[in-house]
Amino acid sequence: MSAAAAPPPKKVNRIGLDVLPYKGGKTTLCAGCGHNSISERIIEVLFELGIEPHSVAKMSGIGCSSKTPAYFLSQSHGFNSVHGRAPAVSTGALMANRDLRGIVVTGDGDTASIGIGQFIHMLRRNVPLVYIIENNGVYGLTKGQFSATADRGSKQKSGVINDMTPIDCCLMGIELGATFVARSFSGDKKQLTNILKACVSHRGLSLVDVISPCVTFNDHEGSTKSYSYVKEHEMALHDVSYVPYYEEIQVDIEEGEVRDVTMHDGSHLRLKKLGRDYDPTNKRQAVDAITDAEKSGEILTGILYMEQGRDTLHDMLGMVDEPLATLPQSRVRPGPEALARMMEELR
Amino acid sequence: MSTIEVSPVASRTGGQSYRVINDWSIQVATVNGSGSQTANNILMRSIFQMGIPVSGKNLFPSNIAGLPTWFTIRANKHGWIGRKKEIDFLVAMNPETAREDVLKLEPGAAVVYDAPLKLNELRTDLHFYPVPFDKLVVPVCPEVRLRKLVRNMIYDGVVGHLLGLDFEEMKKALYKQFGARKAKAADLNWNAIQAGKQFAEESLPKMDSLWAERMDKTAGKIIIDGNSAAALGCVFAGVTVVTWYPITPSSSLVESMIGYLKRLRIDKETGKATYAVLQAEDELAAVGMVIGASWAGARAMTSTSGPGVSLMAEFVGLGYYAEVPAVIFDVQRVGPSTGLPTRTMQGDLLSNALLSHGDTHHPILFPSDPAECFSMAGEAFDIAEHFQTPVFVNTDLDLGMNNWMADPFEYPTKPIHRGKVLTAEDLDRVGEFARYRDVDGDGVPYRTLPGTKHPKAAYFTRGSGHNDRAGYTEREDDYVNNVDRLSRKFETMKKWIPAPEMQRSEKASIGLVYCGTTRWAVEESRDQIAREYGVETSFLRLKGYPFTQELEDFIHAHERVYVVEQNRDAQLLALMKLDLPVPLLSKLRSIRYYGGMPLDARTVTTKFVEQEGL
Ligand SMILES: Cc1ncc(C[n+]2csc(CCOP(=O)(O)OP(=O)(O)O)c2C)c(N)n1
Ligand code: SF4
Ligand SMILES: [Mg+2]
Repeated sequence: MSAAAAPPPKKVNRIGLDVLPYKGGKTTLCAGCGHNSISERIIEVLFELGIEPHSVAKMSGIGCSSKTPAYFLSQSHGFNSVHGRAPAVSTGALMANRDLRGIVVTGDGDTASIGIGQFIHMLRRNVPLVYIIENNGVYGLTKGQFSATADRGSKQKSGVINDMTPIDCCLMGIELGATFVARSFSGDKKQLTNILKACVSHRGLSLVDVISPCVTFNDHEGSTKSYSYVKEHEMALHDVSYVPYYEEIQVDIEEGEVRDVTMHDGSHLRLKKLGRDYDPTNKRQAVDAITDAEKSGEILTGILYMEQGRDTLHDMLGMVDEPLATLPQSRVRPGPEALARMMEELR
Repeated sequence: MSTIEVSPVASRTGGQSYRVINDWSIQVATVNGSGSQTANNILMRSIFQMGIPVSGKNLFPSNIAGLPTWFTIRANKHGWIGRKKEIDFLVAMNPETAREDVLKLEPGAAVVYDAPLKLNELRTDLHFYPVPFDKLVVPVCPEVRLRKLVRNMIYDGVVGHLLGLDFEEMKKALYKQFGARKAKAADLNWNAIQAGKQFAEESLPKMDSLWAERMDKTAGKIIIDGNSAAALGCVFAGVTVVTWYPITPSSSLVESMIGYLKRLRIDKETGKATYAVLQAEDELAAVGMVIGASWAGARAMTSTSGPGVSLMAEFVGLGYYAEVPAVIFDVQRVGPSTGLPTRTMQGDLLSNALLSHGDTHHPILFPSDPAECFSMAGEAFDIAEHFQTPVFVNTDLDLGMNNWMADPFEYPTKPIHRGKVLTAEDLDRVGEFARYRDVDGDGVPYRTLPGTKHPKAAYFTRGSGHNDRAGYTEREDDYVNNVDRLSRKFETMKKWIPAPEMQRSEKASIGLVYCGTTRWAVEESRDQIAREYGVETSFLRLKGYPFTQELEDFIHAHERVYVVEQNRDAQLLALMKLDLPVPLLSKLRSIRYYGGMPLDARTVTTKFVEQEGL
């Protein structure tokens, strides 16, 4: 199946492009794999927001999930690197060219196991990119072994039960410096689309843990990452909507019902209360909510935490405004007098 | 000096049958963390400023404070600046090693020592100079806290007097070292030097025959360590992204680069940096960042040593296969594993050349001195970017961390070479872009950078099988075509690898082949072999890998060729065996040293003479 669930063919976005450049090659993943839905959302979001394809760098590690950058944005450069190491490669790419929009797609094996060290350090550096974990609780590409995000008590296809404590990447993200942390479900089109749009507007690192069922190895009875289990246990924190900076806000905010957050680029994130009041800028509340949900067996989705205004890696490095990659020789090679001065000091 | 008879009664005022001038070595034995480095550098610089060729080698422990270290200064009028094993003049400041240090000396050597150690009781065939350091330091340094440091300066004064060093030069060296901002500290230390000098004048009649005399052999030269030289090389090569993870002996490469970048690479108008330096979480991430940055078009480098290289293996294979530039400095230390972190070795030749699984080959550059560390940094970036592949610059602890007398660096004459990068305008012109197609027949494809605004610019980079359009493939023919092209590319690279330095003597039937710092021992050894055994030899010093035609021709032209290197397993020879035509191999012999000290000429000579049966 093609990853692109198509808007009507002739429709063009605000920069005059039809959806074609936002689509990629034909997917080779299993039919029904959650990862395909996430690719569709990425296509939709970038098309609708009118992001220039050439400005995006699609980055990934190795796994079924990490293959997906080949299935969207055919006019963007992509890098399917090595298992778990997308954070380092992406950090390097963004140091080289600060104008790039990094969209990183990884698996839970990539992020929570082999690459967890890189993941953590990318968080603390607040590298300005969108980091998506396509979380299926297993290693899809190596045929269904448990990953480190598998819940305790979850059953493998072979019947083996996981006894070990799962790693919650969102919790880790909040603790370790991510400035935008969300969890969603590949089957929840509307929520995922709006969260991804907010990620595009966020200045800093945004982390989205998307539960993305593996239909081949982890969609059975007893799995806590199956479609049916997630549908039954998902608990959305709020109803997420997003109004881009270039559009007028249509509806008035109902006092107390909707939290309106103005993002760095002027876009608005609107979080409509569902049941309880939730303030995503409150770190402690975020940590409590996730831990409580885990105890009660619920899968909490929505925007768990956000912090605006923190320095990004680019700010911390104090780099010039232009991409380092293409600075001319005159700006990167000091003159002969500079070398002569250095030599004189060493005589 | 071991070959010269010493008169034990020679004195300053008379009776000196001879003098050994500008051909001796001093060893200062101290405890690390005691601040002796400054005193040693000043001693070395004073000799250098007197125009005498000099080298300094620090033998230090893998520890922060409290363990023995030895600093050896060799002065040599012929310009031999490799290590010399024999010590002529010992400064024994470390009670723990003093006994052993003294017992190891050749008869006739001089010993300046801390008087309470009573070292003179150990032997009768040495010249002993007792110095009461603790007593002398009190009047010059009222502050008790500083005495441990200032005490070391006193031996500079004593040694300076005994060897006849020019104290004006010593003063200059001292004030240069401390700089204008630390003038007060410099004054304090100058007083200590003078106290040492005065004590020696009054109480230590000259008994040994070692003397320094002014020459003019260091004019225009500089003193610098290889790591700083490489760092400067990167700065002038236009490096833009630097990542690293601390490891001896490579840390000071990036640390000194940070200093140079701050001075030389801040944009005047904006005050912002035209570079980014990031300390990574490990070497795996460091090289991953370099790969990402180079892919996006930066001139990116990292610096490490053996353990780091081992961690980098997977990424270096990705760089080779996906064709992404990277410059990796490997300042080698003794392995395997943690090995001897503060000792030197040429132990990573094979791992640099072949790092990672599958069929891989990586170019390597072999600097032998600071000037080459500087120039080869630039060459490494040009090769990495032109050939879109990881390049190793293979140095070692001896070159990287020791201070070397060196030729000043030449400003690069060639413009920075960014390789076959297609811009949006190029894409309009050429019409078609296939990332891995061999358009020019040299194996080197064209690339585009992320961010290029053109509908045809994008391609998908992967370490999995790919065809010439960068599309995924598992087809046999696609795979074979691609890796065969990579071989062609490696072949083309030979034109870019700096040519070896060589000398083919008509009379010589024996040749010596080597790389890197082995140079210094071999050059002196060839002189020893010629003088002492009357055997002329030719030499070829490799400056890079892949090997070029010159190496084959050189082996052809000789009956026997000794490959001299600093590792147990003859790694350079092994690499030659992999790459050279089989008929040549029977001519190859091996000379190896792997004790972790910088290689010295006498070791090479002895092993050569043994094998030649001279
Ligand atoms: C260094 C290394 N070790 C092991 C592998 C094998 N491997 C490939 S994908 C993968 C796990 C993929 O799981 P995940 O990241 O969760 O992605 P998914 O396929 O589930 O989307 C593993 C272990 C590898 N490619 N590289
Ligand atoms: S194995 Fe699982 S994760 Fe991989 S493509 Fe199939 S469904 Fe998706
Ligand atoms: Mg997975």
